[in-house]
Amino acid sequence: MPTSRADHCVVACKDALAGSGEILVSPFGIVPPIAARLARASSEPDIVLTDGEARAIDGDGNVESWLPFRFIFDLLSSGKRHVFMMPVQIDRFGNMNLSAIGPHDHPKVQMIGSRGAPGNTISHKTSYWVPRHTARAFVEQVDFVSGLGVDRGGLVHHVITNLGVFDFDGGTMRVRSLHPGVTMDEVRENTGFAIDGDETPTREPTDDERELIAKLDPNDARNREVS
Amino acid sequence: MTIGIGGWGSRRKPMALVKAICRSDVKDLTVVSYGGPDVGLLCAFGKIRKLVSGFVTLDSIPLEPHFRNARQKGAVEFEELDEGMLQWGLYAAANRLPFMPTRAGLRSDVLGGLETVKSPYDGEEVVAMPPLRLDLALVHMNRADKRGNAQYLGPDLYFDDLFCMAADEAFVSCERVVDSFDEGSFHTLRISRLYTTGVVEAPRGAHFTSCVPDYDRDEECQTNYAKAAADPDAWKAFADAYVTS
Repeated sequence: MPTSRADHCVVACKDALAGSGEILVSPFGIVPPIAARLARASSEPDIVLTDGEARAIDGDGNVESWLPFRFIFDLLSSGKRHVFMMPVQIDRFGNMNLSAIGPHDHPKVQMIGSRGAPGNTISHKTSYWVPRHTARAFVEQVDFVSGLGVDRGGLVHHVITNLGVFDFDGGTMRVRSLHPGVTMDEVRENTGFAIDGDETPTREPTDDERELIAKLDPNDARNREVS
Repeated sequence: MTIGIGGWGSRRKPMALVKAICRSDVKDLTVVSYGGPDVGLLCAFGKIRKLVSGFVTLDSIPLEPHFRNARQKGAVEFEELDEGMLQWGLYAAANRLPFMPTRAGLRSDVLGGLETVKSPYDGEEVVAMPPLRLDLALVHMNRADKRGNAQYLGPDLYFDDLFCMAADEAFVSCERVVDSFDEGSFHTLRISRLYTTGVVEAPRGAHFTSCVPDYDRDEECQTNYAKAAADPDAWKAFADAYVTS
């Protein structure tokens, strides 16, 4: 099977976890959980993953510890966690909105709410997964700051989208790599603020990674998430 | 009146008690919850004036459509907190403390009108999360006894103990009232009668939310609940069957 756009997204999310060591990874969406399991099965064997229901499950499928929500809240300030969240809006500094579009007292569109974003971004690495990179998601100014951008001291790590990989190492969002077939113009057209960076292509998955991804996602759910 | 509701998202919500509120003439409620269909249903019945929460979700359906309708009509105020701030607010109330310090919320818009304080030890600025004192807490547990001790048998207690401890009065609904707790270990007896006012035996009292190991979420019922938000006739039919009868 040829390498899909979603496969590049998976290895990009995996690479965001490089050097994690023994931390809890909390991946939302479809691609990030596949990437986290791929990382644990290969380069990052020490990371801890849960079943989303309070059980930490090891690579062999056994329960290895109990992590109810309150234990996860207690873990935050240790920094031993990396979360992948799915923002509704994000600005050039990585400030992120998960709450509502429009005025907060009478929103045009009510979303899920800020969840743990304020505490996550001030405590530990936070990456963002955006399956559809649009100028409506990447905006000049977010309507509500749920997660802190780097200008507010937020520990925003990578942003992975269906177009490429981005970071904030220079203080504002820049292109780290473009997925094969994507141009800088396409990124600019779909981003609501000026953006520049590296035009190197996102790396290809290795043969071993390809095999593992197929095992971890036999029904190709990843290809339905990435349009 | 301020009511705290236990559970998390669409998990182990005291739906039988929430439905009883919907059938009553109570209104203008302030609700504190890790929000799910408890919040959505109360919104659909016009019972909530203000919600204090970090999110509202149906889990398998990410966005709660009845909550969205109410918010997009401007009908419900939303005091939005980080999930951990909510826990700390309940903890402060439970411990009769004036606030709990936390970094969560600093420099974000959930800070709202909350104040920060400087540590007297090292000068670090932190959020002073005030107590979320509740007039009433409602939780649904797997088992309880007649005296008001209660047990959960699923994977996570969520924050049900804290809701009871933060409240002037706490009512526990349960799948079954038992004479003695024969299932699970005694570690799962996490709510003491010291914190509860009354017990209601309400089999399937969390339905359509999950109440494992007694039952999983009824996804079909939840889907119908969510779909009905788009159509007043469909909603009337759903509400008649689910709430009124």
